[in-house]
Amino acid sequence: MIAFILRRLVQSVIVMLAVALVSFALFRFVGDPIASMVGQEVTLAERAEIREALGLNDPFIVQFWNFIARAATGDFGISYRLQQPVMELILSRLPATLELALVSGILAFAFGVGFGVYTALRRGSWVSGTIMTVSLIGVSLPTFLIGVLLIWVFAVELQWLPSFGRGETVYIGNWWRTGLLTESGRASLILPAITLGLYQMTLIMRLVRAEMLEVLRTDYIKFARARGLSNRAVHFGHALKNTLVPVITITGLQMGSIIAFSIITETVFQWPGVGALFIRSVQFVDVPVMAAYLMLIALVFVVINLIVDLLYYAVDPRLRVDRANAKS
Amino acid sequence: MTEFTPDESRPNALARAWDSDIAYSFRRSPLAIIAAVVSLIIILAAVFAPWIAPHDPFNPATLNLMDGFTPPMEPNAFTGNVYWLGTDNQGRDVFSTILFGARISLFVGFMAVLFAMVLGITLGLIAGYRGGWVDSLLMRVADVQLTFPSILLALLIFGVARGFIPPAYREAMAIWVLIVAIGLAEWVQYARVVRGATMVEKNKEYVQAARVIGAHPAKILLRHILPNVMGPVLVIATIGLALAIIAEATLSFLGVGVPPTQPSLGTLIRIGQGFLFSGEWWILLFPSITLLALALSVNLLGDWLRDALNPRLR
Repeated sequence: MIAFILRRLVQSVIVMLAVALVSFALFRFVGDPIASMVGQEVTLAERAEIREALGLNDPFIVQFWNFIARAATGDFGISYRLQQPVMELILSRLPATLELALVSGILAFAFGVGFGVYTALRRGSWVSGTIMTVSLIGVSLPTFLIGVLLIWVFAVELQWLPSFGRGETVYIGNWWRTGLLTESGRASLILPAITLGLYQMTLIMRLVRAEMLEVLRTDYIKFARARGLSNRAVHFGHALKNTLVPVITITGLQMGSIIAFSIITETVFQWPGVGALFIRSVQFVDVPVMAAYLMLIALVFVVINLIVDLLYYAVDPRLRVDRANAKS
Repeated sequence: MTEFTPDESRPNALARAWDSDIAYSFRRSPLAIIAAVVSLIIILAAVFAPWIAPHDPFNPATLNLMDGFTPPMEPNAFTGNVYWLGTDNQGRDVFSTILFGARISLFVGFMAVLFAMVLGITLGLIAGYRGGWVDSLLMRVADVQLTFPSILLALLIFGVARGFIPPAYREAMAIWVLIVAIGLAEWVQYARVVRGATMVEKNKEYVQAARVIGAHPAKILLRHILPNVMGPVLVIATIGLALAIIAEATLSFLGVGVPPTQPSLGTLIRIGQGFLFSGEWWILLFPSITLLALALSVNLLGDWLRDALNPRLR
């Protein structure tokens, strides 16, 4: 057990180090860091002095170490484009992204499980057929096209919902700006949340449906029916409960993808989140922001994968046996 | 040893191909036929775009600003010109821009798949044949890469690569950077499948025989093993083409893909989105439909190919 956790931890650290190396290389080798910091009138001698003072003449390993040490404390320098500390920029936009990701995650899970159970129980009905067909279209449509189509229908033609921005926001505490507490904030959230969650919803729905169909054929379901339990108790108490372990794992893993795909959704809906910030930084080659985002997204993925792996290990005893066998 | 005897009753190769298993399964699947026809039409239209397109959308001399915002199939209010699919703000024929856009989308898609395929097959063959630390290192990298969604990976690689290119070359290199970024994001699939198949093939007698003769490992891999692992690779490549087209469209839509001087389908959709609120829906709708038809039909072809090549489903 401990060996397994250690191995996974080491692997995660290696991944983070590799991403840090790429980020550092961006910092160090894209353009001249001095040129982007000082004006035209600074002499060559002064430049050399700054270079020395900043430690840019140190050996590569020393510089890399310093970079990691600063990154660990959240210091990624100053954005070239916006002239603000990168960490401040990211932190001020993080609530928008997290709220969007959370709401679409919940939507995807709730509707995914609901539709999945329904289509599994009413397999032949035309409603199930419609849901399955629509889900197929949902999977094959690229995310940005879903967003554009939703804007067209609900914002331009019907004019029910706003097409961009977060609406009104209020502060919770010192820096968490939320849109969940105002009406326009909630209205603005609907279309982006659907866009972002649709793919994950279809994924969860198909998974729940397949697992339900599998479980409904098992002996203990037949036994539960033989005991005279109501349909409701059989379907939800016994069948659904046993499908949820893989579903929760997949949903957990998908949280990373949701945060990643928020880049696309945020750009379509001009949502002021971290993803939109990253796209702008790629367009303007704003290296500090790119480097920080790279590290952030890698950290999110590594942490989520680590947690899911450990949960799996804790939940599924078969995995433990497999590992033991593989080692010997 | 039994000798292979070609079917004498069918004289030419074309007729024999018509009788093969794959062709039979193709003829039996209406969905596959429709998908093949649609993708073939779009691919041919894209390849022959300079000859088919009624206008050259990138030649300013032939553009008339008075033609701008002409709705589809209606004569323009000033010039009386009629365009099948209307025109955009600069008076460019939407049908022509779609043809040229699909050309760029398909070019990026095919090249990205080719790049991913060559990289993945090479690494997969080496990992499968050699085994040992090369194998475990490659598969570790593959595992880690698979935890990231490939579109995100392409986006990140593109962003990083763009940073490293000197500003003067960024526009000119954009398409190639895009191809490498999408290719690098997709190579894992090929490597995994080829590695698995290679591990099976390398213990078979024909490979042992080749080794006994003293054939060079590179020759064994390329001449003997590679042809036997290509089946699944083709399936992945077809589905990968759809993925690559969508990835390219997504990046271009986000404004970080191909430069605006060479608009792909994604760029056209990005431009079209800007005119949604002023009511010029055709600038958005027709490129979107083309992208969707292309991605969907290639995807369906891939699905059919997977089923057709899978012996367990026959």
